[in-house]
Amino acid sequence: MSLFVATIRRELLIAYRNPADLLNPLCFFVIVVSLFPLGIGPTPSMLQQIAPGVIWVAALLATLLSLELLFRTDYDDGSLEQMTFSDAPLLWLVLGKVFSHWLMTGLPLALLSPLLGLMLFLTPSGTEALLWSLLLGTPILSLLGSIGASLTVGLRKGGLLIAILILPLFVPVLILATSMVQTGIQGGDYTGHMLWLGVLLALSVGMAPLATSAGIRISVSH
Amino acid sequence: MLTVNQLTCERDHRYLFEDLSFVVGAGELLQIEGGNGAGKTTLLRILGGLYTDFSGSVSWDLTSQPLYLGHKPGVKDLLSARENLTWLAGLQQAGIDVATVDQALAEVGLRGYEEVLCGAMSEGQRKRVNLARLYLLQAQAWILDEPFSAIDRQGVERLEARMQAHIDTGGVLIVISHQTLSRVTPMRCLRLGG
Repeated sequence: MSLFVATIRRELLIAYRNPADLLNPLCFFVIVVSLFPLGIGPTPSMLQQIAPGVIWVAALLATLLSLELLFRTDYDDGSLEQMTFSDAPLLWLVLGKVFSHWLMTGLPLALLSPLLGLMLFLTPSGTEALLWSLLLGTPILSLLGSIGASLTVGLRKGGLLIAILILPLFVPVLILATSMVQTGIQGGDYTGHMLWLGVLLALSVGMAPLATSAGIRISVSH
Repeated sequence: MLTVNQLTCERDHRYLFEDLSFVVGAGELLQIEGGNGAGKTTLLRILGGLYTDFSGSVSWDLTSQPLYLGHKPGVKDLLSARENLTWLAGLQQAGIDVATVDQALAEVGLRGYEEVLCGAMSEGQRKRVNLARLYLLQAQAWILDEPFSAIDRQGVERLEARMQAHIDTGGVLIVISHQTLSRVTPMRCLRLGG
């Protein structure tokens, strides 16, 4: 448990000293979303209709973009090897790494989303639903994505492979989250969607670190 | 403490070693020698449990996890020497305080470098940060992959003294080195390949 905290501290410290890696996915997210009104035209009804999909797809791709780096440097400099040698279970280290990944990508994406929602004429109730969907959904993306990242870290150019491995797992989250935002826009009750996202989150917190630890062991032992 | 029985490892359709059996007891040093590509690192990784594509058996009789210092230093460029060592040591042993960490850094000749980022250090100094774990942690067995590379002569002498102390207290030491460990006794040597 203390290792979990130590890992988060370490990750945040590294990110603080190298902010470029932190800003990349965020810039990508903002750029993609802000290009849509320019490309499609500023009709509020049209933009409002596509807003949930656009914002969620952009958030998903931004997360995917950052996942390749999740274990890359640790693999290259031998830290990952040392992590598998730890007396503490690898699980805590993985959870610490994934949690810090979410703190540095998913959370900022979610916090930025109301601003982008404004740009796409989202209604206040839609914006609220969007914020909640991203807060619940992005940790699932980080957790599931870490499985792909751990399996491909030993390969050069694993970027596309992560996408192929992980995107099918992302699809249910995307469908659920966008329909939650749609319901929010129409002023409906989206508690059911939130509960389902919560179920997926609980499932992936329980299962994904196990798979990721196994993936790391496989990658390190070759 | 370590029993290896009929170990065979094939890599890229080539036998690195076949039917390798040996025992390393408490208070013994085993030096693994061999040319480049003879399979030294692979053997070490097998002993450390990092490589599993082999037949035969490797069994350790230890109360704590062996300390493995691999080829790569495991040191982050963006963290200072103290931060790196604290985290690395924390993987094995919880609750090590700053003073102890600084003491270990001083032992490897890095006094005054505690807060320097490892990215600004030389190769040898980065290696020393990793080697400082030998002064910090209690482990019965050490598995070291070329600990002397990039280390200056004075550093080698100090490291050999530390190894001797480890063996004298009944530890097990398995080391890859191209250098003859003149000052450490008793020593056994395993030569791989021709």
